[in-house]
Amino acid sequence: MMLLPCPWCGPRNSTEFRYVGEAGPRPDPATVTPEQWRRYLYVHANPCGPVRETWYHRAGCRRYLSVERDTATNDVRSAVDTASAAAASSAPGDAR
Amino acid sequence: MTNNGSSRTNGHRLSGYSAWSLLRHGAVGGTWPRAWREHDLESSYDAVIIGGGVHGLATAYYLARDHGMRKVAVLDKAYIGSGGSGRNTAILRSNYLTPEGVRFYDRSVKLYEHLAADLNYNVMFSQRGHLTLAHNDASLRTMHWRTEVNKLQGVDSEVIGPDRIKDLVPYLDTSPDTRYPILGALYHPPGGIVRHDAVVWGYARGADAHGVHIHQQTEVTGIDVSHGRVTGVQTSRGPISTPVVLNATAGWATLISDMAGVSMPVQTFPLQAAVTEPVRPFLDTVVVSGTLHVYVSQTDRGELVFGASVDPFASYSMRGSLEFTEGIAGHVLELMPALHRMKLLRQWAGLCDMTPDYSPIMGPTPVEGFYVDVGWGTYGFKAGPVSGEAMAATLATGKPPEIITAFGLDRFADGRLVGEKGAAAVGH
Repeated sequence: MMLLPCPWCGPRNSTEFRYVGEAGPRPDPATVTPEQWRRYLYVHANPCGPVRETWYHRAGCRRYLSVERDTATNDVRSAVDTASAAAASSAPGDAR
Repeated sequence: MTNNGSSRTNGHRLSGYSAWSLLRHGAVGGTWPRAWREHDLESSYDAVIIGGGVHGLATAYYLARDHGMRKVAVLDKAYIGSGGSGRNTAILRSNYLTPEGVRFYDRSVKLYEHLAADLNYNVMFSQRGHLTLAHNDASLRTMHWRTEVNKLQGVDSEVIGPDRIKDLVPYLDTSPDTRYPILGALYHPPGGIVRHDAVVWGYARGADAHGVHIHQQTEVTGIDVSHGRVTGVQTSRGPISTPVVLNATAGWATLISDMAGVSMPVQTFPLQAAVTEPVRPFLDTVVVSGTLHVYVSQTDRGELVFGASVDPFASYSMRGSLEFTEGIAGHVLELMPALHRMKLLRQWAGLCDMTPDYSPIMGPTPVEGFYVDVGWGTYGFKAGPVSGEAMAATLATGKPPEIITAFGLDRFADGRLVGEKGAAAVGH
């Protein structure tokens, strides 16, 4: 069992959540090149170690969370609402 | 390749296995010679294969046997067969959905049929038949589709009804009043199970006999690229210079490709499996249910092997989870309620390199001399021999053979995806 510390609901089993994956902004469809769009669709970083990713608490508060997790061990360091995560960091993440 | 997979190796043998040698060893006693040798790491090789699983070792074997390339090294950061090759549920089949997929796996099954004779190593391939159950109209339709694609490619598959299913597997609950009633099945007689460790060891022994160096406990820490082409690899035991590198590292594929500056559409997900205590033989086919996310077979020792679909989130952790155990037990009991007193012995996980279209990535990359045989996701083991054969041809000539051209890395940029999810997502 992996517990995710939901900021609204407290620690909950990961089965309550849907894994969304790597966080990153969607390129503007009006200006993006096909190559950039396909990278956005298909190519994601796949690191063995700490990542910041998005999870959706579908059986709880139904909020999107920004989660810090180590993919080598599944240790979860933090989980914050994506809305507050976006407000805290002014620079958006790498589009990769 | 035009041969039928039955050509015998002509390399020198350390010691041949036969009924006579078994008898002689039994009478005289003593230890058997090592099946493959250990070597010092040389400073240069004609080709370096990263990953000592069935794909890497088969590639080395065919490279040495069919293409005369003897100065080949296979590197593994742990021991050979320690990754997916020793963690899969050992099921072989060729009843895929796309013509490319069916042709490819048909060749693999044919190579497996002759593998024991070819390698002089008993891989215990048992072609006991493979049943994929349909629990709703949509899956039954897909099975008719797969049957027609299979037949067109000359692969033996048919859709059968509950009565014949009950004849083949009496323990299955085929009554219409279950939660997921069994409406029919895709029956694939050539499918079956094999001893996966023996396949790894057999290829290792065959490759060794042809002069390939197998280096275990040798971790790749970097890949040298100069002016757009590979010049060598850095390892935990020192540097190697080489013009040809193959990445055959499955779940760790992106970590290796990143070292060469090649980004790939691969995500690593664990897949869990479990085995029960042994019981008397009662199940002589492989039973798969996509709806219930489970596949079941009985080993020669009598244990039931259960596999599931991949875990719901990307990870490199191979720890088992209670959710998996609960889920798989419930699903197996849904199919065979009579097993309710069976006990699980152990569970484990392997890492799957998942691609967006559930098809592998094979062939050259933008870095000259750097080749990949990755993205096998949940079904790499059954493709081992044909991948080895095709990748050996690719490494030797620089050009992928026709059978794998559909699986190139460039397909994602060109939008030529090969969708295999319908036949690959669960049933292996």
